[in-house]
Amino acid sequence: MADAPLLELRAITKRFPGVLANDDVNFDLRRSEVHALLGENGAGKSTLMNILYGLYTPDTGEILLDGKHIDLGSTKAAIEHGIGMVHQHFMLIPVMTVAENIVLATEPRHLGVLLDYDAARKRVRELSERYGLAVDPDARIDRITVGQQQRVEILKALYRGAEILILDEPTAVLTPQEAQELFGIIRSLKSQGKSIIFITHKLNEVLDIADRITTLRRGVVVDTIPAAGATEEGLARMMVGREVLLRVDKHASSPGAPLLQVENLSVIDDRGLEAVRDVTFEVRGGEIVGLAGVDANGQSELIDAIAGLRRPASGRVVVDGHDLTHADAREALEAGIGHIPEDRHRRGLVLPFSLTENIALHGYRTPPNSRNGFLNLGAMLERARRLLKEFDVRGGQPSTPAGALSGGNQQKVVLAREIDSDPKVLIAAQPTRGLDVGAIEFVHRRLVEQRDAGRAVFLVSLELEEILSLSDRILVIYEGRIVGEFPPTATEEELGFAMTGGKREEAA
Amino acid sequence: MSDQEPEVASEEVAPTGPEPSPQQHFRSRFGGISGGLAPVITTIIAFLMGGLVVLLTGKNPWHVYKAVFKGTGLNWFFHVGNHHARIPFSAHKMWFPWDTASVAAGNLQQTLLLTTPIILTALALAFAFRCGLFNIGGQGQYIAGTIFAVWLGTSFVHLNPLLHVVLCLVAGTLAGAAWAGIAGILKATVGAHEVVSTIMLNWIAYWVGSYLFGEGGPLQGSQAFIPISNDIADGAKLPVFWGSALLQGLSIGIFIAVAILFVYWILINRTTLGFEVRAVGFNPEAARYGGVSVARNYFLAMAISGGFAGLAGALDITGWEYHIGESDIQASTIGFTGLAAALLGRNTALGVGLASLLFGALINGTSGRQLDPSIFRPDLAGNLTTIIQGLVILFVGLNLGGIGLWLKKRRKPA
Repeated sequence: MADAPLLELRAITKRFPGVLANDDVNFDLRRSEVHALLGENGAGKSTLMNILYGLYTPDTGEILLDGKHIDLGSTKAAIEHGIGMVHQHFMLIPVMTVAENIVLATEPRHLGVLLDYDAARKRVRELSERYGLAVDPDARIDRITVGQQQRVEILKALYRGAEILILDEPTAVLTPQEAQELFGIIRSLKSQGKSIIFITHKLNEVLDIADRITTLRRGVVVDTIPAAGATEEGLARMMVGREVLLRVDKHASSPGAPLLQVENLSVIDDRGLEAVRDVTFEVRGGEIVGLAGVDANGQSELIDAIAGLRRPASGRVVVDGHDLTHADAREALEAGIGHIPEDRHRRGLVLPFSLTENIALHGYRTPPNSRNGFLNLGAMLERARRLLKEFDVRGGQPSTPAGALSGGNQQKVVLAREIDSDPKVLIAAQPTRGLDVGAIEFVHRRLVEQRDAGRAVFLVSLELEEILSLSDRILVIYEGRIVGEFPPTATEEELGFAMTGGKREEAA
Repeated sequence: MSDQEPEVASEEVAPTGPEPSPQQHFRSRFGGISGGLAPVITTIIAFLMGGLVVLLTGKNPWHVYKAVFKGTGLNWFFHVGNHHARIPFSAHKMWFPWDTASVAAGNLQQTLLLTTPIILTALALAFAFRCGLFNIGGQGQYIAGTIFAVWLGTSFVHLNPLLHVVLCLVAGTLAGAAWAGIAGILKATVGAHEVVSTIMLNWIAYWVGSYLFGEGGPLQGSQAFIPISNDIADGAKLPVFWGSALLQGLSIGIFIAVAILFVYWILINRTTLGFEVRAVGFNPEAARYGGVSVARNYFLAMAISGGFAGLAGALDITGWEYHIGESDIQASTIGFTGLAAALLGRNTALGVGLASLLFGALINGTSGRQLDPSIFRPDLAGNLTTIIQGLVILFVGLNLGGIGLWLKKRRKPA
């Protein structure tokens, strides 16, 4: 590996009121290296990278490129120094083509004013061939997959002359297959001399792709180590600061009576297409049934139909003997459905509401939370206090707005509310999305507790690892149909094959 | 393998908070006081800029503002002395620190009369706003309220007085609620944008009112060729407790408006309805997931909002106007003054109350009746009020927090 570092961040300190986001952080990047920046949510990874990309100015410390001090007062300066960043949320214009997005702001022109589209397309094609990033330059952004959009972002950075690429949690939005493709791209970029900073909190990825790993915890660098020889357990300990159980500890299940029965259910999505097709399954009390599948294969519509948020086109939904096929959300809640929604910001929480109000989001209309239409704030507060303690929610009082909490603590609030309403059926949709190892461990433990308490848990996740480690039975959904049922001993390969439509009715 | 042995953190260690964005920092530092400070700063800047305009006309802004303040009657509170006041609705007198019969007292009565409908039209905006709706139909809902109050007030002349005035107020409220409810139903069922529908409803109310009270209209009064309604029956008038009813003294309508401020606060903060309205206002999808009917709340929020504005109209008729003319309907801009008051008061009960008093005082203080023409031309002064109102809306829209953030970003460390 190379000798002198290409880029060096020396003794960076950045303080926000009340938070020391980066405390005397040293970080260096060598040429043709993938250097992973690992840490829990809120550890200071993003702050550090935003400093490097010119979005924040550090309070103290300096940045050296090729051994020379550089000033990064703006993103423009960062780009001029060959630093490119691919954000977690893409910054693309949906109605423009791939080529137009890539050349935006530095377009090749005719006569100084007109876009020379042919030249743009040619340059994009050259770039994508050189780095092995296959994209169609003429495709519109809103017609291509998320994985392809990410390639466009990478190409955009390369087009602007990036030698150093910062990838901020790049796999968060990708399917497992797309993530593998991305790793291929990263390796190819590396072999052509690009240097990459890879921000993540996923341990397996780090070991897969990185050359060196720097771990941040609470704004401080814990250590920088070579990836060779590192283990997931060791990294988790560095990140969280204590031993973390990566595997879920659980006994064999003892399923009871079926609590959730779905029969021949078909659901139409917003575009008028049949998203769920003739789906039949049941979840018994005391078992966790996992639904595996690639994103957008009908999972969201299936959950919505069960939870009363979308009317099914045909079929039946029965909860503990009650027909809920035509129920609305309120009736579904009252019949005993708990629902951890896949998007806690859009659905699970009212972010400007206090934690007390969020915890009362379902129960506000019944005693003791309210009587005769008047809220009983004392009772609401008491319940909030109890649950915040019981679920170890940190960083907030009952009066704190939910939006001020970290993702993990927000999810704990949702979990607390759903579990405390004593549901018969608990739907957990992507319950650990965006959470760090410590919080994932907590959520998994709680879900298993619910199972052991005799509830029916229906787990929907895009993370195969999560499905495999929690479920007692695994269903695979593909294009709206259940295409197979597997025991928890199934391998990722078997599931992955079924998830992409490889085989049908492969019984256990 | 990592050789670094990180210290074992106990479970009790202080949490790592979320990494706050600069906006959040700014909000946490500024947001805490922005509830009170930002509107005050907004008002001061608006007054300073209004002062510049006065300066351009060659007048002394200090003198003008002093004269305006005197015209508002708010100086009444500063003249404490040994006086006697009649106990309202009785022949008895009692000791009182202020002179209830002074010129300033008369001015203050006017200010409070104007404040009354501003409070209610501001609440009409504020309540809908809490549900995520922008009800700019306060003007039309106000007109609907006045129409019903005049119609019922001029009919049933032999009704029991208490019953009659209550009937007028209730009918005005319901008329406003129904008028806004149309926009609410359209929003809830077919998703018609409330801004568009309430603007159109404003114009419909405007022309319906113009027709009803206009030349030959069904509610035109007994005097031929004068497009004004008859006066409402005495029994339909609200009791005047301060000043003379003949000289537009202050009726108990101001207490009704203040009471409605309390009702608003309780409704929003202490009832399940308010909880639902706020949940829908912040995040309709989360509310729906929580079992709240979003459509029902859209309708209810609009109807209740309209009820406030309708009551404003009914209070103006029963409190001091007693009749209405075609030109009154066409000249009224009370709904838009209420809009400015709601924005400045940040949709809180206390804020709306104070902002309404400010605008009520400003309108009264700059009116031709109050302002000495030698100090500032009253027709210009009326425009001064409009300028200050407009600036307030502009600044509230600008969002002071955004400016602070921009300044902060500009400032580089030395």
